[in-house]
Amino acid sequence: MAEESRPPGSLGFPDPGPARFASVPDVRERLAETGYLADEGTAGVVYLADRLAKPVLVEGPAGTGKTELAKAVAWATSSRLIRLQCYEGLDESKALYEWNYKKQLLRIQAQRVVDDDGHGDGASSATRWHDIEDDIFSEEFLLARPLLEAIRASEPVVLLVDEVDRLELETEALLLEILSEYQVSIPELGTVRAQRVPLVFLTSNNTRELSEALKRRCLYLHLDYPTLEREREIIKTRVPAITGELADQVARIVRSLRTLELKKYPSVSETLDWARTLVVLGIESVDAEQAKATLHVLLKYRSDLERAAKELSAEGSPTGAGSASV
Amino acid sequence: MLDVLTGFVSELRQAGLLISPTESLDAAEALHHVRLEDREALKYALGATLVKSSSHWRAFETAFEVYFSIRGPQFDIEATEPGVPGGEQPTRDGNGSGRGAGGGEALSEEALAEMLYRALLSANDAQVAALARQAVSRYAGMEAGRPVGGTYYLYRTLRSLELDRLLERMVAAVRSQVPEGHLTGLEERLARDELASRLNRLRKEIEDEIRRRLVADRGVEALARSLRKPLPEDIDFMHATHDELVALRRAVQPLARKLAVRLARKRRHGRKGPLDFRSTLRHSLSTGGVPVDPKFRYPRPAKPEIFVIADDSGSVAAFARFTLHLVYAISSQFSKVRSFVFVDGIDEVTRFFERADDVEEAVYRISTEANVLWVDGHSDYGHAMSVFWERWGEEVTSRTSVLLLGDARNNYHASQAWVLSEIRRRARHLYWLNPEPRSYWGSGDSVIGEYAPHCDGVFECRNLRQLEQFVGQLAS
Repeated sequence: MAEESRPPGSLGFPDPGPARFASVPDVRERLAETGYLADEGTAGVVYLADRLAKPVLVEGPAGTGKTELAKAVAWATSSRLIRLQCYEGLDESKALYEWNYKKQLLRIQAQRVVDDDGHGDGASSATRWHDIEDDIFSEEFLLARPLLEAIRASEPVVLLVDEVDRLELETEALLLEILSEYQVSIPELGTVRAQRVPLVFLTSNNTRELSEALKRRCLYLHLDYPTLEREREIIKTRVPAITGELADQVARIVRSLRTLELKKYPSVSETLDWARTLVVLGIESVDAEQAKATLHVLLKYRSDLERAAKELSAEGSPTGAGSASV
Repeated sequence: MLDVLTGFVSELRQAGLLISPTESLDAAEALHHVRLEDREALKYALGATLVKSSSHWRAFETAFEVYFSIRGPQFDIEATEPGVPGGEQPTRDGNGSGRGAGGGEALSEEALAEMLYRALLSANDAQVAALARQAVSRYAGMEAGRPVGGTYYLYRTLRSLELDRLLERMVAAVRSQVPEGHLTGLEERLARDELASRLNRLRKEIEDEIRRRLVADRGVEALARSLRKPLPEDIDFMHATHDELVALRRAVQPLARKLAVRLARKRRHGRKGPLDFRSTLRHSLSTGGVPVDPKFRYPRPAKPEIFVIADDSGSVAAFARFTLHLVYAISSQFSKVRSFVFVDGIDEVTRFFERADDVEEAVYRISTEANVLWVDGHSDYGHAMSVFWERWGEEVTSRTSVLLLGDARNNYHASQAWVLSEIRRRARHLYWLNPEPRSYWGSGDSVIGEYAPHCDGVFECRNLRQLEQFVGQLAS
């Protein structure tokens, strides 16, 4: 893995390699096969990411399928998914690479044993030192962490950097070289370049503003709550046991809930949990009472629950956000 | 296309978005990979490469609609000429409305309303769109060459269509379709939401149509300029419209969360504490017992105590509430937060925040339950200050930071500025946040000049950006 000399790409656009997807509809179809229903925009951005060889920064409320998207793309392109879960305090040795100290120590110890056994040759100690140094800073002693692993992989990979907003601002800089050049510089070894540009997804829950430098290198995708029609389809796909009527009702009730002023809106994953709950309970058609009894699957705050229960059973009063917003 | 793109990018920059040259290069590159006649594809290609924050999406959308509005294949300008029935469908189906079918003749008002009603009820999107265009040519009364953004036209069209009545009528129609003629609360609500979302789509169609006509009339650049809206963080508190206030309210919550996270981190990572011997030793194991990497304890700095005293009258109220909202959202960063609101009387409102687990609700209750009126309900800073000093002055200590919010427009009452100098003597800090532009300070009945010398700092705080900056400093 010595430095591979290659003429720089055409003005900052790395060579994307052969296309993973034929067209935007192709993206949608192949994602749908994995059970992920992408809308036009999502599929379009995935397609562009592949063609432009750019990472995708996915933002949006919790539980709208950001991580799921990366998994689905990995599955659809039959790539290996390499995942880096970010957290506060993540550093180079956990994200990029680390030298295997223990093995290096062992190697030096072993050398000493060999020396002691053999006849100590004072003159060549300097050259031996060099040998050892070259040896212990070779790939054998390198522990590849997710980022380096994704770059070195010879098979197709999808790299998922999850919850990148949990990193400190300074640590974000770790990602920059990888995201724009698809390479990692290791001082002792040289630069490792990707043989094939991986598809990279970064997800963020938007708990802080990411740095401009990071955003600039990415395509931006905002995943919001799905439309009624799409949510209904998602429910049908993910909860096959559900009847069409119930799926429709679930989607409509969830949409109504999202028009209320709540602390936390029901996410897609919570909607699916709710649909599953209803199916398990053998409910064919939800009425207000049943909805109220199972709402805690959807909503996680007491004040939200109270408000939703009140709104759902309100007898025909136009207090809803619907009429007010027209 | 390149010309359009550069024009579009510079419009976005004018609207306040930061777009680097790399990003516009990316956008140009992305355009190679989408079909340009596909408007949706064009939109996400540009969106993904140029807009990197969801709060800027609205500004992007507005600009996009203007720059790329008449390029869709179905919108040839011919069909939008007034007098010509908007599309093909409304004349053919739409049951019983054959009257409007005649060649160049416009529909009568009743027929238009009736067809719209039916189209909405049966969720016939194509027909709704066509009727929206008719409605615009009929009601908007657009005049060529007037330098407006179209809000007025929109208002006129919507007023004539009477959407509220339309909604009620549709709900009644849905109700009459069930056998017993009675819907449960849940069903009624779901039906209502569905119809309301259809009406929203109609409203959007009308907006789009008006925009298309304005572009055709005045050209892209001119219209973009009059449509340009401030980003949520730049909206002026004092002059926010109702819609903008809603946008602000939505922006406050994530902002507060971000601020809280940032401050909590800064608190932990700001400085290093004393050596943590145990941890250092533990970590030295991987280097054969040599303590290569010393570890330190996290320091535990004292958290400040905050008193917020806010003017809750008239136009300043919005500002006061946003500030309270923000302060309470990060109240974990303070050891104690107490809040007071006043108009001419003053009342402590801490109890609302302590009891409610929802800041939004607490802020709402302040406006209905707090006892802030004394005589006539016009701001009297002097009286409010002296009452504050009498009742709560003792509780201000050297750990307290006092925050005064208001425009200091005192209706020519006595300023009682001595109270502030007393407060300052006891408190750690005394800050004043003024939502008025600095250039207005001291004009008319503003007495900020009398208060300012007694404060540690007086800050102009007209939008969320400035507010966030200040609160961030306060807590660190």
